[in-house]
Amino acid sequence: MEKLIIHRESCKGCQYCIVNCPKEALTMTGPINIAGYMTTEVDADKCITCGICYNVCPDYVYEILEEEAKA
Amino acid sequence: MKKRRSKILYVDHKFCPGCGHGIVNRLVAEVLEEMNEDKGAICAVAVGCSSLMPDTYGVDIVQSQHGRAAAVAVGIKRCRPDNMVFSYQGDGDALAIGFSETMYAAIRNENITVILINNNNFGMTGGQMSPTTLENQRTTTSPYGRDVSLTGKPLDVMKLMGTLDVAYLARGTLTDIKEITKTKKYIRKAFEAQKNKAGYSLVEILSPCPTNWGMTPLNACKHINQVVQSVYPLGEYQGGGK
Repeated sequence: MEKLIIHRESCKGCQYCIVNCPKEALTMTGPINIAGYMTTEVDADKCITCGICYNVCPDYVYEILEEEAKA
Repeated sequence: MKKRRSKILYVDHKFCPGCGHGIVNRLVAEVLEEMNEDKGAICAVAVGCSSLMPDTYGVDIVQSQHGRAAAVAVGIKRCRPDNMVFSYQGDGDALAIGFSETMYAAIRNENITVILINNNNFGMTGGQMSPTTLENQRTTTSPYGRDVSLTGKPLDVMKLMGTLDVAYLARGTLTDIKEITKTKKYIRKAFEAQKNKAGYSLVEILSPCPTNWGMTPLNACKHINQVVQSVYPLGEYQGGGK
């Protein structure tokens, strides 16, 4: 089982992932990070771990890993 | 489909929110890893936003004087012909200050790869006009818009180099997942041309610069799709197998 991991401390709030997500699983509702940027939140029920957010993110916020290897 | 951050990107970069440099950094890192060239790769950067890379990018990097990255890359390649050598430059760096170095590396068909980030201005120094600034585009040194009767028309490097005997030329952009995938393919072909000793390869990438364009990142991508691409058409110009 694969899972989307969000590294919020890297996020700069550009929203490229939100407009490119084919399942509209990402929203700008995550907590504000240490640099003061709004961050994203994923709806795990909608996410199909396609990897598009990983590909469009300029700040390497997303990784898709096996669930047990998330640490 | 597992997606893990490349080991070359060992620390977060320092580029502005929505900047395309971050995506290009990742694409180059992935291509080098896929080709098993990440250990021996050597990068030449000059001055500009690319000069933030030596702190954050995990390949050997030489920082040269402003504009001279292509000449430095040529020197490295001649001394170490088995290593993958590339220069990573912006449009102001490669096409204004380093125009001579960029052109003569291409004229001699030197066996290097040039990654050219075109964001239509000098990004790091505060958004001054560069040779690729669009007609009527406002910058800090053209506050009423670029006057082409005074400064000449925007420079299209693909048309210039299309007349030369070089191995590979392509122009991509980063506005959506489709274009990012295509751009990665172009970068891969450029490095393969170098590996096959075919000669000079250049990939120009139209990149959003939200900070200096005064736009949100999403509007900057729309601006590339609607305006910039009409001046700088995308695609493979030479060596693409057409």
